[in-house]
Amino acid sequence: MLYNFLIAPFLDMAGSPVFFAEVVISGLLTGVMYSLVALGFVLIFKASGVFNFAQGVMVLFAALTLVGLMERGVPVWLALILTVAVMTALAFAIERIMLRHLVNQEGIILFMATIGLSYVLQGLGETLWGSNVKRLDVGIPNASFEIGGILLNEFDLFAAASGAVLVTVLAVFFHYTRIGRALRAVADDHQAALSVGIPLKHIWIIVWSVAGVVGLVAGIMWGAKSGVQFSLSLIALKALPVLILGGFTSVPGAIVGGLIIGVGEKVAEIYWGPLVGGAIETWFAYMLALAFLVFRPQGLFGERIIERV
Amino acid sequence: MIYREAGQFKTSYAGDQRVFPILQDRWCVAAAILFAYAIPLLANEYWLQAVLIPFLIFALAAIGLNLLTGYCGQVSLGTGGFMAVGGYMTYKITTNIPDINIIVVFLIAGLCAALVGLVFGLPSLRIKGFYLAVATLAAQFFIGWILNKVGWFYNYNASGTITAPPREMFGIVVTGPHASAEVRYLVALSLVIVFALVAKNLVRGKVGRAWMAIRDKDIAAEIIGIRPLQTKLLAFTISSFYCGVAGAMTVFLWLGSAETEAFDIFLSFNILFMVIIGGLGSILGSFLGAAFITLVPVFLTNAPLMIGLSMPIDMQKHIEVMLFGSLIIFFLIVEPNGLARLWQITKEKLRLWPFPY
Repeated sequence: MLYNFLIAPFLDMAGSPVFFAEVVISGLLTGVMYSLVALGFVLIFKASGVFNFAQGVMVLFAALTLVGLMERGVPVWLALILTVAVMTALAFAIERIMLRHLVNQEGIILFMATIGLSYVLQGLGETLWGSNVKRLDVGIPNASFEIGGILLNEFDLFAAASGAVLVTVLAVFFHYTRIGRALRAVADDHQAALSVGIPLKHIWIIVWSVAGVVGLVAGIMWGAKSGVQFSLSLIALKALPVLILGGFTSVPGAIVGGLIIGVGEKVAEIYWGPLVGGAIETWFAYMLALAFLVFRPQGLFGERIIERV
Repeated sequence: MIYREAGQFKTSYAGDQRVFPILQDRWCVAAAILFAYAIPLLANEYWLQAVLIPFLIFALAAIGLNLLTGYCGQVSLGTGGFMAVGGYMTYKITTNIPDINIIVVFLIAGLCAALVGLVFGLPSLRIKGFYLAVATLAAQFFIGWILNKVGWFYNYNASGTITAPPREMFGIVVTGPHASAEVRYLVALSLVIVFALVAKNLVRGKVGRAWMAIRDKDIAAEIIGIRPLQTKLLAFTISSFYCGVAGAMTVFLWLGSAETEAFDIFLSFNILFMVIIGGLGSILGSFLGAAFITLVPVFLTNAPLMIGLSMPIDMQKHIEVMLFGSLIIFFLIVEPNGLARLWQITKEKLRLWPFPY
């Protein structure tokens, strides 16, 4: 029994290194997809202290809008632009209708409000665009090829590359533009940012729009992979362990957390899953994150929690 | 209120520390309980089965979560998991040892859930806030998975469903397909009343005060001599016990049969909604919140029919979801402290009414 759990899986790994490498790489690529979703959470949490549960539904909503527009014969580039416009309008509405009235409330109240928001968005998206499964095809190549005996998929590589591009663009945006500096200031300290004249309301709209765009990218990737449908919003539940593992406030944390969870999940599923009856991916990520948290309560890259009386 | 506490003098410490210090409050509670027992004479099967029984069960679970989140300040999203433990353990125990009184089985199953809650409460000492909330999701998913995978829990039957067997109390069938809705309602009501009073008592005494100190600032509480480990774990244990009993009632007094999907994450969210909409740190609030969350969907489903509006069924479902979400946001904006706070404000206003100056 113990041998099966503790030794045999490692012998398997050593026995066929090519297969193991394949598992790890596919785990890394899935991890990138998790990171894309987690990134949206981090952006909003950093700038406004809101733990936005609706991010998953925003991913769904963006994908639904894009598919809906394309089904009506709008060309891809125009549909993309329109979807970004819709997400921005959405951010504006959310700030106006919801956030503005909930300033200074406790975190849990804001969290519950975003769960309410996720119901609203889900209902709205499905009322507007229908609830049947849709295929999303924006022309991402999807062919498999081999490098050094390891099977790879062009689509996964494309996803990883666009994730990397997105993170780079965000990093540049945050570090070298005026708005980016303002965003970092707000993330650092609301009060201080307000007192040097940074308009919080605008910042929130910008952050929610950026999160919407990140959601759109995630929606395109996940939608192209597994179809656009309600279950797409449940990847938020996959992003949560990534989030606590990396730390709520850290963009690099979201990336590294996503990679760790992606690899850990794949490896555990393939080498240990059969021993306990399979389907462990529903909870494994949470247990992994929990194990990390016991040693670092603020996540790997989160801000150190300093408590004073 | 129309009545005041003026003229009611406390002449003993016991009188000063009563659960309901004002005479009229005691009358109101007694009247409410009497009315609740009289309801089966008025209500029909549909109301009992679709509204009142789930209301009682959710109220019990909400009280449990409120003890943990509202009083001790530990946000938990694992409620559904703990309820599932209660439901499955009741099934396991009562099918293997049919002679034990079903209420006793409920309590034993509650203790099992409490034990599980204790284990998943352990990280709370190190992990705080949203990190803890997400970490408790581990409980939710892990429990759901293990109850599905390990056949022992559902006696290795092919479908993986647990079904409430018929059990009698004092010669009356209480559970199973032949138990009448009235009997199930009365059993649920009695359990909820007892547990609500216990909870009310608990939060008024030493334990409740320790919880509230931990909630307000755990380091400060530690400095004045409250042990965080014991206090937090006690909150997790008692809260999961309540949730476990509520889960047992869900299967045995309400649904009749269930799978782990009945206890999914959306149930956890709903119960957290009840606690927050009702009011954090208020037993009355748990009831109000449970009533709100149970009644709103019933109302939303029936409202289009009442005004003679007909639309495709899936469209109606989407609009229902949307309205439910907007109502929640609306209530959070209007009164973030919940319905219990609204009730308190009303009482204070009425005290001065009709001469507010």
